[in-house]
Amino acid sequence: MENLGCVITGTVGVDAHVIGTKIVSRALREAGFKVVELGAQTPPEEFIMAAQETAADAMMISSLYGMAEMDLEGFRDKCTEAGLEDVLLYVGGILGVSRRDFPADEAKFKRMGFDRVYPPETDVRTAIDDLKADLSRKRAERP
Amino acid sequence: MGSKRLFVDFGSTFTKLVAFELEAEELLARVQVPSTVDEDVTIGLEQAFDLLAESVPLGQEERRQTVACSSAAGGLRVVCVGLVPEYTTEAGRRAALGAGAKIVGSYSFDLAESELREIQETAPDIVLLTGGTDGGNKKVISHNAAMLARSGPGVTNIIVAGNKSAYDEVETLFSGSGKNVIYTSNVMPEIGVLEVAAANHEIRNLFIARITEAKGIGRARSMIADVSMPTPAAVLEAAKLLADGTNGTPGIGELLLVDVGGATTDVYSVAKGAPTSSSVRLLGLPEPYAKRTVEGDLGLFHNLDTLKTIAGSEPLPEDFEEAVEAMCRENSVPEGEQQTECHLLLSKIAVHSAVDRHVGSLKQVITPNGEVTVQRGKDLTQLQWVVGAGGPVSFSADPVNVLEGARFERDMPMLLKPKEPEWLLDREYVLFALGLLAQSEPEKALKLMKKYIVHL
Repeated sequence: MENLGCVITGTVGVDAHVIGTKIVSRALREAGFKVVELGAQTPPEEFIMAAQETAADAMMISSLYGMAEMDLEGFRDKCTEAGLEDVLLYVGGILGVSRRDFPADEAKFKRMGFDRVYPPETDVRTAIDDLKADLSRKRAERP
Repeated sequence: MGSKRLFVDFGSTFTKLVAFELEAEELLARVQVPSTVDEDVTIGLEQAFDLLAESVPLGQEERRQTVACSSAAGGLRVVCVGLVPEYTTEAGRRAALGAGAKIVGSYSFDLAESELREIQETAPDIVLLTGGTDGGNKKVISHNAAMLARSGPGVTNIIVAGNKSAYDEVETLFSGSGKNVIYTSNVMPEIGVLEVAAANHEIRNLFIARITEAKGIGRARSMIADVSMPTPAAVLEAAKLLADGTNGTPGIGELLLVDVGGATTDVYSVAKGAPTSSSVRLLGLPEPYAKRTVEGDLGLFHNLDTLKTIAGSEPLPEDFEEAVEAMCRENSVPEGEQQTECHLLLSKIAVHSAVDRHVGSLKQVITPNGEVTVQRGKDLTQLQWVVGAGGPVSFSADPVNVLEGARFERDMPMLLKPKEPEWLLDREYVLFALGLLAQSEPEKALKLMKKYIVHL
């Protein structure tokens, strides 16, 4: 199968809710991506190191325990220092205190530099379609 | 040479000279004369020697062995150029502060032409260029190196302490620029890892090798052994020795030191500052164990406006303004009851604000799992020792009252200041000298410290 690109997956911080990220990883592989699966309880720095080593195109970060904002504080800036200014950042899960206020969470994480933000129960295919579209747009932009 | 040791601090207002007798572990004398750095640094030095000789017999050899530190001629002025403000720029700032520098500018991301002009006009002693973790971002540090390479005579010394993978390119960019460029290891080799020691070392080396000469302070080398570091670095060395001790002798343990001066208030902590409650999460760049912060807007004579503004929220004694202005004019020790009272209040405000800015803080964050407490910076609540230093504290009529500004406050529970500190005082104003002595005779310096830093 053709390799569409490399994606780092995992749950960030001390979150152990691992089912979502397993589904995402499997679906990505089946869709033709190379996946570096970091699994549960991954420190933000490890996402960055894995992305540097593998020259990843994107990170899909899961968080269900509500601490994502803290865990991912300054994450885009850290990526920039680490030479990953072009990496796509996706985050999904229960991102704020109230499940109902997704638009507010989405706006917050976009301000933090994430390209895509997903609420719980998002169909994984939606995210994969978005990723394909974002990657082909990025590749077209490249000189 | 006997066992006398002399130490000088070339300050912007005074040249201070201190003499110790090492055998007897005694302070022999401390004198000060008005600074002559603008004219010829050796004139003031000669005067200080003469003044000291009135009470302490001095041989030529003892004079020649004198070691000095300096904060004159604007101190060691450093501009930091990094990538992200909270990461490599901040890491660079911490390296510079730890080396005793005064930070006269901070720039992040790609330098713009206007910023380059600003740096040239600032004419710093050193530009500290950082950016990118090792193997990380190369673009920004290379862009900034290219900009600095074609800067005018305002930029002379550049220390590069960024992404090592960019060094080949950076070196090519600087070649032929005529700048004195020094390469050292990255201040932030990985995300979340702070390594300032190497940059720190290079800053001090440059200070000794070139900057003291350029400022005319180097002329003192015709009379004495060396001008070995910036004054704040000497005080930091003293604080480290007092806290940690030597290989053979234990120190007093973790401490906070507040040095109130005429132009700035410096705060030093030699402490890990880890969270004291297990439920607290630590965020932000790691803190250096020996950390210095400097408040350039909190000097007692040169920044009275700031202090008056902060004081505005507290009840002021009568005729406060007048007394303050009189004190400013005389630029000296307060006279009379009224000036003494104002002086006390201002010193306390300087200590209070500077320590507020130095210590870490807590913040409550609400999550689906309940409230979580987040800590940024150092938790110094359990710290035992607070040391007061600097003229306005050392010679204060009521130093305990001044140092109370460093204590934890119940109505500001999120600021992690010491809860039950004991007060120490550099009563003789000799810390800088002991920091210098610590470089050659740490055991003696520690003993003298335990003798002359008094418990209040």
